[in-house]
Amino acid sequence: MVDTDNTPASAGRRLDEATNTETVGHEWDGIEELDTPLPRWWLWIFYATIVFSIGYVIAYPALPMISKGTEGVLGWSSRSDLTDDLKAADAKRSQVVAALAGMPIERLETDSKLMRAAVSGGEAAFKVNCVQCHGARAAGLPGYPNLNDDDWLWGGDLKAIHQTLQHGIRQPGDDQTRFSQMPAFGRDGILTGAEIADVTSFVRTLSGLEPKSAASQRGGALFEANCAVCHGATGTGMREFGAPNLADAIWLYGGSRDDITATITTARYGQMPAWGQRLDPVTIKMLTAYVHSLGGGENFVAVAKAADKDASQDANGLDDATD
Amino acid sequence: MSMTEKHKKLEKNVTLLAVAAFAAVTVGGLVEIAPLFWIDNTIEKVDGMRPYTPLEQAGRDIYVREGCYVCHSQMIRPFRDEVERYGHYSLAAESMYDHPFQWGSKRTGPDLARVGGRYSDEWHVQHLENPQSVVPESVMPQYGFLAESPLKVQDMAANLTALSRVGVPYTDAQIAHADADMKVQANPDADTGGLTERYGEQVNLRDFDGKPAKLTEMDALVAYLQVLGTMVDVNAAAAQEDLATEKGR
Repeated sequence: MVDTDNTPASAGRRLDEATNTETVGHEWDGIEELDTPLPRWWLWIFYATIVFSIGYVIAYPALPMISKGTEGVLGWSSRSDLTDDLKAADAKRSQVVAALAGMPIERLETDSKLMRAAVSGGEAAFKVNCVQCHGARAAGLPGYPNLNDDDWLWGGDLKAIHQTLQHGIRQPGDDQTRFSQMPAFGRDGILTGAEIADVTSFVRTLSGLEPKSAASQRGGALFEANCAVCHGATGTGMREFGAPNLADAIWLYGGSRDDITATITTARYGQMPAWGQRLDPVTIKMLTAYVHSLGGGENFVAVAKAADKDASQDANGLDDATD
Repeated sequence: MSMTEKHKKLEKNVTLLAVAAFAAVTVGGLVEIAPLFWIDNTIEKVDGMRPYTPLEQAGRDIYVREGCYVCHSQMIRPFRDEVERYGHYSLAAESMYDHPFQWGSKRTGPDLARVGGRYSDEWHVQHLENPQSVVPESVMPQYGFLAESPLKVQDMAANLTALSRVGVPYTDAQIAHADADMKVQANPDADTGGLTERYGEQVNLRDFDGKPAKLTEMDALVAYLQVLGTMVDVNAAAAQEDLATEKGR
């Protein structure tokens, strides 16, 4: 290799005729390298980034020191940034939130604008907290109720939905939680296998899945004695026990012979968290409104013993309005 | 030789080039890596962090073995969209006993940093056995075999010892009782007094997989999932204030 660098700069350089550019001055087997200068625009942007980085280091948290990093003269931090973001979002919602906080849930429907706001807020909260069990669009899954239909276990008016959301279902530690427990008729030896088969036949005749038979006749008597206390004499269910209607086409755990036999044998009872312990009251109201709006929402009818006269009047007014 | 020509000297002397390159990398390392070893405020001081119980640690090992981290991160970033979906952003302190940590930015599935206590044990078991049965659009594989596989850990005490060597503060008592503690946590009928003494009253003590008679890998994995993000009370008012006013990150 010939070292051409000992010669003064540019002494060994040759102007390439084709491009009119200097070569770098060395040559291997006749191959030379052009010394094309960097484009000006590129070079200046490069210098600008260096200048920018100096400003950035001064303005933002950057250099590690002995006990902590520099804080930067702007005092920026990702966490206070987030706090500001959340505050701004809260401020945007504050009007709706304040209105919702002061509105008794059973009267929410009287304010259609607020109801709409609550429904859209509830939709967002539903996607975060509820879809995992109740499914996208609240269509339900085996064991987890569909919230779009009008088949309610515990009641489908705003107040009932709110109660279910607030206190959950079969949640230990919440004394207002919805609670009931179906006996495990087979496992606990209350009914024999043959008797369970009879009751299964009877239950399936209620919704017309099976024609009446001798087995269903026998099952009917057993149903009367063992099941009617919660599910009602006609099997249409009782909401105070969360006992489902067995005479319709909707099955939470399946309506096949196997499914019903399994339900009677080992009993089924779902659980739902008491969201009052995790979400703020306004979010729960929003969720209530959303679930109510899905299709099966029922009008709130104040019971006669309700102390609040206004509430019952409003509820009546509501009924009139929708009739 | 003018200034612009001097780099040629480096380029033509391989020893000099190696020395100079090493010097450049050393400066980078000193500035970017070394300070993490002495700067205190990278890990917040928080109440409630404890090492994983042996059963949770076994579940964590299954989590890593099955490659859950390939799709799930455990790091909620301090952005509004993440905080509103997953909960309070993660603190460095919350993964200080994780070896290796499970941070990440690639999420095919949701972040799991605060999945603990969010769902019931039954939901987790059903979801792990057949994710599509509860989330129809899910692309997660099925892990039903976990419920069938008995939890086999050769020597839990040795695992905890190894972890204590890299800085997890397991006490001698915790290491000595590791195997017993692992079995006891998923057995609601056993005497569990010692376990809560060693790991605190907050430890989840119950049968996790719905099969009380058997200690399965499902028990361990669900125990691990149910503790994620629940040790530190991040939403306590005092904690919030401290975090929001802290500068330099």
